[in-house]
Amino acid sequence: MPHINLPTDYPGIRSLFVYRPETGDPLCRLAQVLLHDPHPTLSAGERELIASYVSNLNTCKFCTNIHSAIAKHQLASDLSLVKQVLSEPESAPISNKLKALLKIAAKVQAGGKQVIPEDIANARDEGATDIEIHDTVLIAAAFCMYNRYVDGLATWQPDNETLYDKMGEQRVREGYNPKSINIKLTETELQNS
Amino acid sequence: MAHIELNNELPGIRGLMAYRPETEAPLNALAEVLLRSDNNTLSRGERELIATYVSYLNDCFFCQNVHGALAGHYLECDIAGIDGIKANFRTAALSEKMKALLAIAGSVQKGGKQVTEAQVNEARANGATDTEIHDTVLIAAAFCMFNRYVDGLATWAPQDRQFYVDRAPQRALDGYQSSVYK
Repeated sequence: MPHINLPTDYPGIRSLFVYRPETGDPLCRLAQVLLHDPHPTLSAGERELIASYVSNLNTCKFCTNIHSAIAKHQLASDLSLVKQVLSEPESAPISNKLKALLKIAAKVQAGGKQVIPEDIANARDEGATDIEIHDTVLIAAAFCMYNRYVDGLATWQPDNETLYDKMGEQRVREGYNPKSINIKLTETELQNS
Repeated sequence: MAHIELNNELPGIRGLMAYRPETEAPLNALAEVLLRSDNNTLSRGERELIATYVSYLNDCFFCQNVHGALAGHYLECDIAGIDGIKANFRTAALSEKMKALLAIAGSVQKGGKQVTEAQVNEARANGATDTEIHDTVLIAAAFCMFNRYVDGLATWAPQDRQFYVDRAPQRALDGYQSSVYK
């Protein structure tokens, strides 16, 4: 049960956005810029992989599942690839650049000062640009916030892969628009979750 | 030296915000609504104190000094007083509600799942509302982001702590959305 009196029928961070739209607005705008808006070089799928990877390290069920589903749809791939990236990025079929960026993201998750010049040099050797390194650090840092927010208030986090997949597909279509995120789950979705 | 070429000499998060204005806008909007909006039953000083305490736990020099100076400005408390609260808020001259909220913030810093029902009950027993508990968790979570952003890219920070104290009154007046260049 959530620690505070959150509106029911909304899973995870959605319940918090509905509860407090004043903070929901900049939080959605940040996710939109970091993950959805066009980026000079990183695809939306790559950025969603960083988000789900960090959420998995923070053991946040809701964020891991939803961003894994979004990554799957953005990459037009399947969930097994995303799960492989989360569990063993080194052997996953992704670029060496993305592997180096995921290493930086893992360091950020452990603490900002854990990122050392060798991590940056390694990413640069694999072709990462400054803006890619910047955005990787900020995405990882932002999910250290979103994950703590979702778990720190003990929000409702369903166990239902189909539901996450559906929400993920919607997010790819509509982006992180607060209006579309605040839609209630339907009766059927609720029954199935 | 920062890990990336920021093309500016601004300290801490300000250098990052000037580098990437696209992310600056929502980050400052978030700081503004969480820490400075007057539509809140927690005072600005109380909210800045939560930000300071979490930044201290994350050992982020820039953030704990910027927000410590702002907390000191609002609460009329000098650097030594703020340092005393950071080191041991339990013995500080703070309300029991504030102590309970700082305990929740300390748990969030370790990880979201560390917040216990007992901590939430204690905050409630001392008069905290749901929205105050919500904002405490989100301020603490947000500073787990800001601190990692500032340190994860190895930004520089003025070492003279008076620098931060001197800037605080103007920041309090102007707010976060104009904080990058002045």
